[in-house]
Amino acid sequence: MAATDAQTSLRHAFGNVLAFFILILIGVLAFSIRLFSVIKYESVIHEFDPYFNYRVTQFLTKNGIYDFWNWFDDRTWYPLGRVIGGTVYPGLTLTAGTLWWVLNSLNIPLSVETVCVFTAPIFSAFASWATYLLTKEVKGAGAGLTAAVLLAMVPSYISRSVAGSYDNEAVAIFALIFTFYLYIKTLNTGSLFYATLNSIAYFYMVCSWGGYTFIINLIPMHVLLCIVTGRYSSRLYIAYAPLVVLGTLLAALVPVVGFNAVMTSEHFASFLVFILIHVVALVYYIKGILSPKMFKVAVTLVVSGGLAVGFAMIAVLVAMVAASPTMGWSGRSLSLLDPTYASKYIPIIASVSEHQPPTWPSYFMDINVLAFLVPAGIIACFSPLSDASSFVILYIVTSVYFSGVMVRLMLVLAPAACILSGIALSQAFDVFTRSIKLQLPSLSVDSHVNAGDASSESVVPDDTVKTDKTEDTHKERTSKKSKKKEKEPVEKPPSKSQIKKRLLVLPLETSIIAIVLLVLLGAFYVVHSVWAAAEAYSAPSIVLTSHSHDGLHVFDDFREAYAWLSHNTEVDDKVASWWDYGYQTTAMANRTVIVDNNTWNNTHIATVGTAMSSPEKAAWEIFNSLDVKYVLVVFGGLVGYPSDDINKFLWMVRIGGGVFPHIKEPDYLRDGQYRIDNMATPTMLNCLMYKLSYYRFVETDGKAYDRVRRTEIGKKYFKLTHFEEVFTTHHWMVRIYKLKPPKNRIRGKTKKTKSKASSKTVSKKQGIKKNPF
Amino acid sequence: MMTMMMRLNLLLSFLLTFTILSSHVLSDLILTKVDRRIDLSSQIVRTTTTLKVENAGSDIVSEILLTFPDNHVKHLAYLSATLNEGKGKAKSFSGVGLPYEVVRPKDIPSSLATYSVTLPKGLGKAESLTMDILTVFTHILQPFPEKITQADIQLLLFQESAQYLSPYPVKVQSLNVKLPEARIESYTKLENTKLQGSELKYGPYENLPPFSYLPIVIHFENNQPFAVAKELVREIEISHWGNVQITEHYNLVHGGAQSKGEFSRLDYQARPYVRGASAFRRLTAKLPPRAHSVYYRDEIGNISTSSLWGDSKKTELEIEPRYPLFGGWKTAFTIGYGLPLQDFLFGVDGKRFLNISFGSPINELVIDTLVVKVVLPEGSKDISPSVPFPVKERHETKFSHLDIAGRPVVVLEKNNAVPEHNEHFQVYYKFNRLSMLREPLMLISGFFFLFLASIVYMHADLSISKTSASYLAKIQWEEVQATIHQVHSIVSRCLTTHDKLEASLRDLSRTGDIQGCKATRKSVDSSLKELTKELKSPVTFLQSSPQAAQILPKVEEVIAKERDLQEKLMAKHSTVVDCYEKKLGGREIENRIASHQQKITALKQEVDDLMDLIDEI
Repeated sequence: MAATDAQTSLRHAFGNVLAFFILILIGVLAFSIRLFSVIKYESVIHEFDPYFNYRVTQFLTKNGIYDFWNWFDDRTWYPLGRVIGGTVYPGLTLTAGTLWWVLNSLNIPLSVETVCVFTAPIFSAFASWATYLLTKEVKGAGAGLTAAVLLAMVPSYISRSVAGSYDNEAVAIFALIFTFYLYIKTLNTGSLFYATLNSIAYFYMVCSWGGYTFIINLIPMHVLLCIVTGRYSSRLYIAYAPLVVLGTLLAALVPVVGFNAVMTSEHFASFLVFILIHVVALVYYIKGILSPKMFKVAVTLVVSGGLAVGFAMIAVLVAMVAASPTMGWSGRSLSLLDPTYASKYIPIIASVSEHQPPTWPSYFMDINVLAFLVPAGIIACFSPLSDASSFVILYIVTSVYFSGVMVRLMLVLAPAACILSGIALSQAFDVFTRSIKLQLPSLSVDSHVNAGDASSESVVPDDTVKTDKTEDTHKERTSKKSKKKEKEPVEKPPSKSQIKKRLLVLPLETSIIAIVLLVLLGAFYVVHSVWAAAEAYSAPSIVLTSHSHDGLHVFDDFREAYAWLSHNTEVDDKVASWWDYGYQTTAMANRTVIVDNNTWNNTHIATVGTAMSSPEKAAWEIFNSLDVKYVLVVFGGLVGYPSDDINKFLWMVRIGGGVFPHIKEPDYLRDGQYRIDNMATPTMLNCLMYKLSYYRFVETDGKAYDRVRRTEIGKKYFKLTHFEEVFTTHHWMVRIYKLKPPKNRIRGKTKKTKSKASSKTVSKKQGIKKNPF
Repeated sequence: MMTMMMRLNLLLSFLLTFTILSSHVLSDLILTKVDRRIDLSSQIVRTTTTLKVENAGSDIVSEILLTFPDNHVKHLAYLSATLNEGKGKAKSFSGVGLPYEVVRPKDIPSSLATYSVTLPKGLGKAESLTMDILTVFTHILQPFPEKITQADIQLLLFQESAQYLSPYPVKVQSLNVKLPEARIESYTKLENTKLQGSELKYGPYENLPPFSYLPIVIHFENNQPFAVAKELVREIEISHWGNVQITEHYNLVHGGAQSKGEFSRLDYQARPYVRGASAFRRLTAKLPPRAHSVYYRDEIGNISTSSLWGDSKKTELEIEPRYPLFGGWKTAFTIGYGLPLQDFLFGVDGKRFLNISFGSPINELVIDTLVVKVVLPEGSKDISPSVPFPVKERHETKFSHLDIAGRPVVVLEKNNAVPEHNEHFQVYYKFNRLSMLREPLMLISGFFFLFLASIVYMHADLSISKTSASYLAKIQWEEVQATIHQVHSIVSRCLTTHDKLEASLRDLSRTGDIQGCKATRKSVDSSLKELTKELKSPVTFLQSSPQAAQILPKVEEVIAKERDLQEKLMAKHSTVVDCYEKKLGGREIENRIASHQQKITALKQEVDDLMDLIDEI
């Protein structure tokens, strides 16, 4: 027996080492699959928001943490400025800053940019390890490893965490999964140590991303579910109560959250459940010390009294919540609860493409075969239903709902889908391989080699295989038992499933075919993920490439323009552009912008939108009042770059019109259609955006054919009176104009010859609704 | 234009007065022949002057004075004087340039700067020598008009004296001005002026007194790139692992006429040589041969517009800034490349020295401030640079990959550098080859200690108190677990023994070997008894341990059930054997053992379930 013990412990150790190496490989996989962007393009920060985070990190590394908290940024939202320290989620910045600091104190001279670029891949490796831990708590190590592999390359997560995509989500997904893991771990062990860690992980999540509200709502929901289904235990109490108390205190330390942690409705559920769990705990305690009869009496007393108090409390709370205008909910949360909310009330939220509801193909694109495996995983979680597996089920259900509201939240769904698919795959493999294993010995007596059977033989040597087929069950049971013993260190499913498993023996051929099919499915997933990582999600979006017959063509116009701005304009010049380019302008060109991607001040954005949709003179007045010197527009008509300002223009009109009513959307539409050809409305053809985009465009090919809109433009020859072109990039994608200085008072004839109809009326209207500046 | 002319006239009259005043000659040198050639074809003005000097006095002269007007000397970037000993046209320069220094003799007007060139050997009476003087001026071409639009061409003004300004009398002299192949707006027309193609000739003039000055102004078109590096920081980092890494940070500006008004990409793209003639869009750098890992980027990322080709003689890198540079436009970028160490590092009597070129590899670039940093490997000692021209020198320390003491850096600073400064310079230092191994060893030992620490951590018991209740409870619980495991394994061995019994029954049905069957029963019986004995000690331990209170009933139940099962199996066995002995039919046997069989199956199921339960603890 001692020999077998040693053998099991050896196998135990071997299994652990194997799992360890698999985990390391998973980490390497998660890291390296995200490097396509660096290899195909370059080591550069991507898109829009990452540039802001990069700039903040630069500030942090240069000026230190205290200056960071007190940083008032006067380079943006001119003339308002922005308090960066109090309005950013500092988790990502602090993480990368710490990484940089550690590396530099070891004299490894990596630039801040390099650290920022590789933060996301590093954290996705962490995230896959956290997934392993979480799934291991739910369904054992096999499922954990499968889920970790799936998460390492789930396209949805890749899209947010390729090298260079330096955004909050990159670290937040790790924090999210890790917080869930610690919650489940506490729930399974009832250890206060893990409960404390859990609060700290929650704190990190609060630091990292606004999505922390998902945690603070999902965990109470689960606790409530446990209480309702009669699964209350002291472990549940340990898992929940410290999290709420410590977690809320810690969350309030983050400047951007502050008192929101107790005052907004997003956190309300957690407190309600907190009260409830105490009531339940009390009831259980009293139940323990009273005799059943006394207990019944006590219940009737307390329920009648408690109901009255409870109703009073609820009434007060409802009144308080109702007193605040949005019922205490922030706009983004409200648009989660009511998917139509944003499009009705907040055009700024609606204008962002990632806030739109996803289409069905995007599910297939982002989570691929996992979408089909998830139901199987849910079923596997129900047999048997434990505290942990019920949590996973709740997680997937809620995240499926949220992902249905906003494309962006697909990211929250991805880990849940990976966990459940991991469970499903691992259970399926389990069943099929076991079926094969149990039947192979009976087929050929000497085939000991198959499916690790050799080991089971060695454990119980006298468990021979000379049995005839009809006298089966108990023989198999013993062999299975020994097999189970060897598996025990890695997997400990409850006893009920054991009995079920015994019945779950499938025919050999079916199992083999099923395994082949599952492997094929997995292979398909891998191929799709690698494709997504390499082709779909690795473009940095500031550099565009196109393949033509004479090779690769690079469109580096954005950086050309930003470099020009940064070297050839005065340091304090203000640059106006649509808010999409705000972060990039401040980070790359280091120039003051009027609005940026933070979009915290709707009026300010509406002012810029109004200027862009006004005729030249009115626009000049607005910009001049804002002290703007340069106006930057993005124009894709020459090379066919579709996400340019003309295509975004209707949002400018809508947002502008939302605050300044003289801008009316129908003025820009001909019969409800947005067009820029000769059928376009005069308002459209005279607005600043049109003019700045198409200035002298006709001279390129003589026809002024717009390759994005696939039409000739409506008004081809016109002059600019208040703006002058100072720079246009190589492919015309960015055009920068300078405001001409105001003319001398005596203007003579020029006043009369100016376009009479539109500009006059608008300037009058301008008088009615004054620009705030 | 007018003001400039006025200024010139003033200067002229000023000079003339001085000429009259300083009537007496410094030494008795006479310049018998002066040939000056001025090259205006790029932004850098190179003047080559060939002097034929004769000593007319009796004293031996060992130095020759060269004078430049003040407004020229502040643009003087490079001066070299070499003796020209070759006869005829084959000019063979005699090695290195002659040493010179700035002097301020009393009898030379203070508005002139004077350089004194020391001759290798004194010039005796009536001896003569030929000397070549190369002077390079930067920023001396003034754009006029100063601001031009995109469509305008760039016009430049150049002022010089048609006569050689010298403290010595000059017998014969001439001046050749080479202009770029383009339009000449105007030039000062004197008597002996000839314009041949793009070459302008003044002279010859004969027998002029010292300090003769005849100002001329040339106004001409020049669309050569006016690339001026406001600052260039070259960092040369030596790695004794076989690489010299060079990183050059450029801060570039177009130093020509300022551009004003609109920049129209359309015009520039449609007619780049008409609309934007003064702009330049590319620069060429000649890198040393075998340069590798070349990159070209700026602070916001890689710049994709560059091309590289090379052969065994050189590597040529053509770079295009992000945007074409018009007058006054600025840009900044970084070029980096690696070079093989053995091409640049040599050893001489125990010392090593780096021998590499000083200036920028970019063609015709004017550098206002050139900072060359030579980063030597950590642990280098006795550092001494040797540069062929005067530079400011200071020392720094740089911390790079895993340094502890830092790497010594020699910083050499030179203002107003031109391609003529691309001479090789040397940095001598001492370095012990063993220091190379320090960093790898550091890494190895670091990881070694990390693993060691984790091994120690895994094997050491780090709990704070060995007597605390929770620790004891943990220990006890572990013991209980071990015991339960023991019980479990014993019981499962019992179960396998039961199987033997069953197997013997099957053998019996096949072979009818009653004796064998009985023997098996005996052996099984004895082994079961032994197992029961074995069970006693763990069970008593469990009964005594408070930790096992919860689990004990289950364990006891298992044992009881197992014993029951044992009895039932025995009974069944004996019944079957009896039946065989009595030679009863199969049906009869089945009838007899049916009740046993039922109970056995039920018990087996229960025992299995309980075992599973125990197993999970």
